[in-house]
Amino acid sequence: MSTYTEKIREIAQRLLKECRVEMVIGFRKGSVPMMNEPCFVRKPEEVDALVWDSNCGINLANYLTNRKEKIGIVAKGCDSRNIVNHILENKIKREQLVIIGVPCQGMIDKRKIVAMAQGEVLEVTESDGQVHVKTAAGDQTFDKKDVLQQNCSVCVHRNPVISDEMVADPVEEQKDVDPYADVAALEAMTTDERWAFFDDLLAPCIRCYACRNACPLCYCPTCFVDEAKPQWVGKSQDPIDVRTFHLLRAYHCAGRCTDCGACERACPMGINMRLLTKKLNKDCLDLYGWEAGLSLDSRPALDVYKPNDTNDSIL
Amino acid sequence: MKVIKIEKSQWSPGLEKLRGAFRLIGPVKEKTWHDFQELAAGQMPDLAFQNTRLSPKSLVFPQSEIMLDYSLDKKDPDCNIPKMAEKDYSPRAVIGIRPCDAKALALVKMNFDTDEYQDPYWLNLYNATTFVGLACDAPCSTCFCTSTGCGPYHEEGLDVLLAEREDHFVAKVLTDKGARLMDSAGWSTALPDAAVLDQAKSAAEGKIVSKIETDGLAAADTMALHGADFWEDISFACINCGTCTFSCPTCWCFDIQDETYGKKGVRMRNWDSCMFPIFTVHTTGHNPRDTKLARLRQRFMHKLKYFVDKYDKGIMCVGCGRCVRQCPVNIDIRNISKLMNNLASEARCAVQGS
Amino acid sequence: MPVAAQQRPERTRSREEFVQNPYLPYPVRIDDITVESEDRNLKTFKFVFLNPDDEAKFAYRAGQFAELSIAGVGEIPIGIASSPVEKGFIKFTINKAGVVTSHLHNMQVGDIMGVRGPLGNWYPWDLLEGKNVLIVGGGFAFTTLRSSIIYMLDPANRKKFNDINVVYGARSPGMLLYKNELIEWEKRDDINMHITVDGTKDPDWKYNVGFVPPITEQKAPPGDENSYAIVCGPPIMIKFTQPVLEKLGYDHDHIILSLENRMKCGIGMCGRCGIGRELVCKDGPVFTLAQVNRTPKEY
Repeated sequence: MSTYTEKIREIAQRLLKECRVEMVIGFRKGSVPMMNEPCFVRKPEEVDALVWDSNCGINLANYLTNRKEKIGIVAKGCDSRNIVNHILENKIKREQLVIIGVPCQGMIDKRKIVAMAQGEVLEVTESDGQVHVKTAAGDQTFDKKDVLQQNCSVCVHRNPVISDEMVADPVEEQKDVDPYADVAALEAMTTDERWAFFDDLLAPCIRCYACRNACPLCYCPTCFVDEAKPQWVGKSQDPIDVRTFHLLRAYHCAGRCTDCGACERACPMGINMRLLTKKLNKDCLDLYGWEAGLSLDSRPALDVYKPNDTNDSIL
Repeated sequence: MKVIKIEKSQWSPGLEKLRGAFRLIGPVKEKTWHDFQELAAGQMPDLAFQNTRLSPKSLVFPQSEIMLDYSLDKKDPDCNIPKMAEKDYSPRAVIGIRPCDAKALALVKMNFDTDEYQDPYWLNLYNATTFVGLACDAPCSTCFCTSTGCGPYHEEGLDVLLAEREDHFVAKVLTDKGARLMDSAGWSTALPDAAVLDQAKSAAEGKIVSKIETDGLAAADTMALHGADFWEDISFACINCGTCTFSCPTCWCFDIQDETYGKKGVRMRNWDSCMFPIFTVHTTGHNPRDTKLARLRQRFMHKLKYFVDKYDKGIMCVGCGRCVRQCPVNIDIRNISKLMNNLASEARCAVQGS
Repeated sequence: MPVAAQQRPERTRSREEFVQNPYLPYPVRIDDITVESEDRNLKTFKFVFLNPDDEAKFAYRAGQFAELSIAGVGEIPIGIASSPVEKGFIKFTINKAGVVTSHLHNMQVGDIMGVRGPLGNWYPWDLLEGKNVLIVGGGFAFTTLRSSIIYMLDPANRKKFNDINVVYGARSPGMLLYKNELIEWEKRDDINMHITVDGTKDPDWKYNVGFVPPITEQKAPPGDENSYAIVCGPPIMIKFTQPVLEKLGYDHDHIILSLENRMKCGIGMCGRCGIGRELVCKDGPVFTLAQVNRTPKEY
């Protein structure tokens, strides 16, 4: 068991015993390899359900929207940034929360492991920066850094930006990574190439909306794709409607996305729709010097007007 | 029924012969997964797969399907009068469907083919199709078909069952439709020892290690299950996406939409999902299933209780394991059925004790 | 165009049709439109079938509904307000609420649209023969109740039923549906009308004032094994009428409700209107309260 798990349980038990929170939101062990399940614990004697490992990629801020209880929540770097977003956007109050910060060393990409493994993956364990994969054909070991989710491999905010308890000392932030190399590659394409790229990228979409629903930013009571009066977008598999959904959703996330990767991770078809939001993240950084969810003290870039704002963002 | 041996050397020539009489559909590798597609000239089904990413239900129930079309041009005498859209219902053969997915179609047929109404779109496609199944000799760890009344060599819903061997296929012909397909392909070498299939079946069934518990569901009280405490815990993680319903071979719910293009329009249906809030919302804004708890409960109550009661054909699940593998938050139908089943037996005991 | 429409253009297509495609509406012409309520939000549409044979195919019973179908807009399930004993037309009273009904409210006499049905079950007319029938209705849910009253009062049918009592309420006199018919029924001695409004400033109002549940309590006859109550109205009215009927002695299997849920196909296939194992569109919309009690309250 990881020390993180022990520490999370210890903190959760204490918070529940001292009645500082009514529930603790975290992860419990999944029923299949490389999956954990978001869960809540209400009683001190139930905290042993909580676990932490490199399969906690779902963003738990998603589970806070409009909740009324006092909540302890386990938060890695990106979760904490989305909690900041949630507080700024009045989806939860800071005083409702006891944030149990987890310095994150990245989540593993289960699709990468499935692709690299020989045969069906039966069990995955990790130790000392290595990931051990048991398959029907035999055992394989990978360096964790080679099987990280792409967003984790270029993450520069691994430590929680806001917390009340920490399960460990902060980890060193990555310095020698270029978070936007993939966006730069897209920007270097011609319009036609880019069109073809996104055509191909979004072609497998089945409109299950797992990306939207896994996203802590997508909390609208009625999403624009579900509106009937007026109906903004068709509901079939028409590629124009599929693209409209992804593009508009991305724009709704502009200046808010923390690149937590929950959308891509949730997609049953493995679509990297993160590229859309990442381009907007990069624009926000380039145009406004803004990264979402880093502080409770500043309003999001698209939420404020400054006389010296760039005009380049106006289409 | 006959059992035929198809040498691998006769496989692609046979399939080529079939093209005269059938459109061929088979598993094809797409990016990192397999899905069923119409096979282009010369293209062979790729049988090196455990199961496809999505179920092949779209072969008879496309995700988006035009049902009716109409003119909105006032000069047209049939303006505003929908007609059944023209369709291609020429014979098709699906090569390599897994037994679980074929059984799923047989279950879904009960919804679309009723005493009162027959869904022409679903049934026309189903009836136009000959299903050549591919037995599973290496099932996934998440397969639990044998405890759903199905299995790796299950024959329900199939016209031919194939089992692949080193240098040949063993083909069990199950229906007249299947026999016609075998004739068209020119595969006719009878296999003297047909018992080989029974042995392979037992061996494959032995490899299914995962189970779902369902024995108490039929006798359980609907309202007790509906009101059970465990739904809050189970539904917490659910993000109400449509992954489980869209990947499921037995989920059939759909939406009907009109779309217009200038002076023409269509009425079409699209897959829908009981996970989506708008699935049930009234025009007044009232939503009878207004929480994710209610929506998740509906899905599992439908599969594991309402369906069981309505048709007496077991659960509405064939154990393909797609939802287990693909749910982004690891909601597992096996765990849920266990909870429902346990509650069912507790409730029975309570009744007996009183 | 959707992908499906673009597929396989090279192949010759055959137009194979089942004898009956349950999704194909019968074409109808709007023959008359009556504004029913003072807020103009309720209109009754009278339709005539374009193909005379379709009227026979549309044979229905009081309590059933149909999908009103507008090309390019969509469909909406509406209870049939005309009665099987009325020939040559069908009628629906429509509240302007959503996309389809708002569009319909802007349509004109002479316009062509579609009707798909009849759908669902009906009030249990065989069971009700020889029985006392109490009808309790509220607001614009009175449509299939009108159909039922016209059916029971038909000279060929009236003797099949014992006492008929009707409690019908609306917010105000101007919101009552089918006012001319209400007045006619008031004059008859083979039906006891108890019309009520929530409130009115009209000094000449000579009927009841009060909500439907208390008026039912005051005016409705007590229930027994030979009496059935049919209740149709907004959820709040049903909720408060139920204890009143219990008090009056109506058993749960003698209280008949017509439920509503979001629907699309209307024929039990698209899955959305389910309440437990029952589908409101096909197994309903008419259920006894006893049946509803055994079903999750998801309507």
